Amino acid sequence: MIPELGHFALILALLMALVLAVFPMVGSLNNTPGWVAVARPAAFGQFTFLLIAFACLVNAFLVNDFSVTYVAQHGNTKLPNIYKVSAVWGAHEGSLLLWAFILGGWTLAVALFARSLPDEMLGRVLSVMGMVSIGFLSFMLFTSNPFARTFPVPTEGRDLNPLLQDFGLAIHPPMLYMGYVGLSVAFSFAIAALIGGKLDTSWARWSRPWTTVAWVFLTIGITLGSWWAYYELGWGGWWFWDPVENASFMPWLVATALIHSLAVTEKRGAFKRWTVLLALLAFSLSLLGTFLVRSGVLTSVHSFAADPARGLYILVFLCIVIGGSLALYAWRAPDVSSGGSFNVLSRETLLLGNNLLLVVITAFILLGTLAPLIYDALGWGKISVGFPWFNTMFIIFTPFLVLLMGLGPLTRWKHHDAADLLRQFRIALLVSICAGVLAALPVFKEGSAYAGLAVMLSVWLVTTLFLSLRRRLSYRRGVAAILKDFSARGSGSYYGMLLAHFGVAVFTIGVTFVTLYDIEKDIRMAPGEEVELAGYTFRFDGVESVPGPNYQADRGTIRVFRQDREITTLTPEKRTYLVQTKPMTEAGIDAGFTRDIYVSLGEALGGGSWSLRLYYKPFVRWIWLGGILIALGGILAAFDKRYRLAVNRKVMASPATPKDKLATQGQT
Amino acid sequence: MSRQLRYLLPLAAFLLLAGLLYRGLSLDPKLVPSPLIGKSMPAFTLPRLQDPDATLSDSDLLGEVFVLNIWATWCIACRAEHDVLLELARSGAVDIYGLNYKDQRDSAKSWLQQLGNPYVANAFDADGRTGIDWGVYGAPETFVIDRQGIIRHKHIGPLTMEVLNEEILPLLAALKAET
Repeated sequence: MIPELGHFALILALLMALVLAVFPMVGSLNNTPGWVAVARPAAFGQFTFLLIAFACLVNAFLVNDFSVTYVAQHGNTKLPNIYKVSAVWGAHEGSLLLWAFILGGWTLAVALFARSLPDEMLGRVLSVMGMVSIGFLSFMLFTSNPFARTFPVPTEGRDLNPLLQDFGLAIHPPMLYMGYVGLSVAFSFAIAALIGGKLDTSWARWSRPWTTVAWVFLTIGITLGSWWAYYELGWGGWWFWDPVENASFMPWLVATALIHSLAVTEKRGAFKRWTVLLALLAFSLSLLGTFLVRSGVLTSVHSFAADPARGLYILVFLCIVIGGSLALYAWRAPDVSSGGSFNVLSRETLLLGNNLLLVVITAFILLGTLAPLIYDALGWGKISVGFPWFNTMFIIFTPFLVLLMGLGPLTRWKHHDAADLLRQFRIALLVSICAGVLAALPVFKEGSAYAGLAVMLSVWLVTTLFLSLRRRLSYRRGVAAILKDFSARGSGSYYGMLLAHFGVAVFTIGVTFVTLYDIEKDIRMAPGEEVELAGYTFRFDGVESVPGPNYQADRGTIRVFRQDREITTLTPEKRTYLVQTKPMTEAGIDAGFTRDIYVSLGEALGGGSWSLRLYYKPFVRWIWLGGILIALGGILAAFDKRYRLAVNRKVMASPATPKDKLATQGQT
Repeated sequence: MSRQLRYLLPLAAFLLLAGLLYRGLSLDPKLVPSPLIGKSMPAFTLPRLQDPDATLSDSDLLGEVFVLNIWATWCIACRAEHDVLLELARSGAVDIYGLNYKDQRDSAKSWLQQLGNPYVANAFDADGRTGIDWGVYGAPETFVIDRQGIIRHKHIGPLTMEVLNEEILPLLAALKAET
């Protein structure tokens, strides 16, 4: 009964989405305020029904209702409750429901919180989100119904893929989807602005916090995914350039370009066409990712069960959404005014440079991801694009990106005198070059030009950020004034930028050091045997069998010493899940600020001996620490006070004008 | 006019992409046409990985049932299947030969040193030409070849213990039973 209720709620949600898509849009075009006013209640209704549908599916997993095909395929009575809930999005149908549910949530959030928007604009934004929602809900109802029943009812479910039975992966998809779907808000704002023909600074200001929040979720999602791959897959890698990873990374790169470009459009009125194109592209790439994951056109470890009918459906949907929006762009963009002019040496130019670099990197990743498909489709044979290609591409472009990142915050809008700029950053240049040369010397480790480059870039970033901060605070006299600066208007954006850019410096160090200096050893060990790696002594104390809730584990005990002092005891496991009998590794990790010690169990070699993988991973935590700092920076920026001021202004019924921004200029 | 056309570029690029994706739907990346199955293995003569001066060719391999594994150090999935290959080598069920595909000699050698060497010998296919002859789509791939040098089976993607026990080992037993 309850699954039918969920199915029914899903149908009602689709109808609500239809109402949301049609009435406000038509109403806004022929000036019928009554129709536009349908937007908010429809958004609310759609969310309510999606919530009911989602709750029904969660319930089906919790009560082990194996008469529901999806639950029978991915649920199990022995599954711990937290994974019963995460099993909801563990496969195709349920993850679509999560997608739709989150989209409904974002739609509701826009309806509730975007109070500063004129009704007409809000109606159009919600309407576009409704159209996207129609696509996903009908896709689900017509090809992938999560509530479909099965008969005869199995007595036990086939269990969730053991890879997904992990806390990191339980929350990774919701975070990622929050990001993907959140980009639909920026997309809808862009479409609404294109329809209205008003690509002004207030459009940029409205979409900015939404875009930043979506980008933060995407950042967290990707970081979580990378962290999960590291500790769960058992060979210590943290990024694999897998098509599905790329599918999440491309929207992130474009969204990163977008949040910077939006800043320029908001503050200077420039780059309007470019910004709107980025907003369209960011969400288009999210949708493309969905297609790549679910259609089976590429092989990937993440792929859902492929079904050509589903693939075709998503492709048609892609054509309508992306093709339609780009056609609208081609039609409306030529009429958009160019906006503020600027000199060659100005913050605008630097931001544009960074934007272009980000887009070029995205294009290369797209090319690399699709290359197997391109070759196949053109009959050139079959190829696979591996690590070296992506890494080389990334190493070529990122140094320029970081160089510009350092310069940007020091440079003024519109025009900056070259001599003055040089005077400002010469200290940073000097310090970073010295640090880089020092790091490249063979004094530390074996010395490497790459290490030098990475240290130079990170130090460059940190020193330029410091200079920028000093300049900002030099206008404030005394501690009280400086403290006050933290709560001033626009300070959220500024300190957010500082934190996020600092995160990039941390990330750069982490990536480079772990790539250059990690040490690994694959070794056969008998109980009691000792082995040394990177100054640590590992003693293998054998493997014992330990039962888990729905698996049987072989748990190894490895004690780690450094100069006869015991540092830690690691207990890597090799689990065999009872239903899906795949062996799973759980690495034993001693996490540290400057290094991780990582042990995973290989195969039993008889007589109590095991093959073991031992790793010493310097600075690997910095990769995710960087990701977290970047996300925190985004949060600070998204909750900048001036967006709340915009809310208040709306209450006082005075429309926001670009002139208001002049007061805060130069601070962000 | 050209100004107007400029704004059509994103749309044009997307349509191109959509066409490609449509074509992709009717192609299965996992289903590599294996016209080679049931045919003689393609001829090759390549330098050996461990000893560049010596060569390994198809004629060296004739006469016994063997497994040819295509691998590379840049291939993460190869790392995943490495334990399985070691296990297979240890079982003594069959000789495993390797085709080190589009790789660097030094990193391949140190890989074998670090992770263990399940191979009797490795052919070093730096430019991937032999791989193309064998219809290699991406590493790892594993072929089973019988005494007459006929390719009898091809596995795409990493070997698992499951694949080994359910597909490869029974096939090897059957092939060895053939006269």
